[in-house]
Amino acid sequence: MSTLLAMRDVSKIFANGTLALNGMSLEIGEGEFLSLLGPSGCGKSTALRIMAGLAAPSSGTVEWPSSRTNERGLPQGDIGFVFQEPTLMPWQNVFGNVYLPLKLHGLSKAQARERVMDNLQNVGLADFANAYPRQLSGGMKMRVSIARALVTRPRLLLMDEPFAALDEITRHKLNDDLLALWRRTGITVIFVTHSVFESAYLSSRIVVMRPRPGQVFSDLPIAQPEMRGETYRVSEFYRANCQSVSEALQGAIRAAES
Amino acid sequence: MASTPRVPSISTRQRVLQVLVLLLALAGGILVWQWIVTANQIPKYILPSPVDTAVALFTDSDTLWPALLVTMRITFMALAVAIIGGVTIAIIIVQSKWLELALFPFTVILQVTPIIAIAPLILIYAPDTQTALMICAFAVAFFPILSNMVQGLKSVDHRLLDLFELYGANRWQTLLFLRIPASMPYFMAGLRIAGGLSLIAAVVAEFAAGSAGQGAGLAFRLLESQYRLNLPRMFAALIMLCGTGIAIYALTSLIAWLTLHRWHESAIERED
Repeated sequence: MSTLLAMRDVSKIFANGTLALNGMSLEIGEGEFLSLLGPSGCGKSTALRIMAGLAAPSSGTVEWPSSRTNERGLPQGDIGFVFQEPTLMPWQNVFGNVYLPLKLHGLSKAQARERVMDNLQNVGLADFANAYPRQLSGGMKMRVSIARALVTRPRLLLMDEPFAALDEITRHKLNDDLLALWRRTGITVIFVTHSVFESAYLSSRIVVMRPRPGQVFSDLPIAQPEMRGETYRVSEFYRANCQSVSEALQGAIRAAES
Repeated sequence: MASTPRVPSISTRQRVLQVLVLLLALAGGILVWQWIVTANQIPKYILPSPVDTAVALFTDSDTLWPALLVTMRITFMALAVAIIGGVTIAIIIVQSKWLELALFPFTVILQVTPIIAIAPLILIYAPDTQTALMICAFAVAFFPILSNMVQGLKSVDHRLLDLFELYGANRWQTLLFLRIPASMPYFMAGLRIAGGLSLIAAVVAEFAAGSAGQGAGLAFRLLESQYRLNLPRMFAALIMLCGTGIAIYALTSLIAWLTLHRWHESAIERED
């Protein structure tokens, strides 16, 4: 497994003096589904923003060993980002929102139409291309957001607590859809969450972070059976995974308090 | 027995009712006005009746309509310049916070100075009266457009800004595809205020200018009829001004609705 992205000794100090990340090093292999898990304030969102190039590290580097990078050291178009909120432009319909990344890369509507529609098809929203965001449910908006993140065919999908605001039924459905997508495309996913269950269900690897200052606390490979779904959710195997992840998280919280 | 639920056609019926109530209230007001004048036998050089006013509106149309056109021309030209200027300067201002800081005192000075107080000065400096009146109306309409537009351009969802940065959008793309569309609700609020204000300012400035003759606007006709105690004509002119104000408000509201109704909360009707 080749390395897609490596953070080397990355620290981040905010203008107000908060040390958000302290010497974080992490290598992410191609095709991994990695969850960054930790209590709020552990710097997991900051780490994600630094990987995306949306924030600059105060020290340390982010390397992309196997990608062509632009002048800012980023593999442009190779990163998709899904925020905690759907973050859609309310004045654009669903098509317009998914078309945006391609529009910014200079593709005309006609050139982009097929790709946009394919991506809407993949998230089950092909019939809603002309709908406006306000007409959609929370889950549907999140699907649009995912379709938009995937429309540039990125190698890396960064997700910042994307399903935190959704109800449990919708969240489970989107979890399964995301897993299916990951299996089908082989895309690398980095998924920020504070849910033990969500990370244990989705990931092939979980990095538990500790707060104050944000650091990697433990790095757990997660063995996953081929098929997931409701039977997996009630299996002993899943329960054991949850338990070991939960113990690691408790350890991280204790370490921060002592 | 289950009956199929009927879609309530409340909206059309309610709209008809709304218009009806509006017209009835207006008619009631006019009737009360007429009654006060007739019952107290008030002479028409003190308070003309609605009938007198309507007659004046008709018989004096040769003087009043050209005057209205002059006032409207000043109003709309001032509004157009205020829109172009306000939007352009707002876009320039948000590019740098230093620029904003430097321009801020001037925009506030422009806003807080009463137009009636500087109109005489503008009359001295401007090449002709028409231009002076336009500058006055512009000075008043400019600020609401500018301040709303600046607010709108800055009130962009910061995650959408992140998204544009992620895809390497340049300044122009961010402005065109994100900042300007996001600022439209704010701009429309500013436009509605500026539309009404530019008419008021055009009238106030003309009062100050006191320009007479061929190119005179409605304000001059108001003054003139007051001096001559021709109150019916004065009322007719006032009604024309009101009508113009209402028309401008309706027009700016329509523009706002056309722009926003598909997506913005302010233009979406809810069923309860």
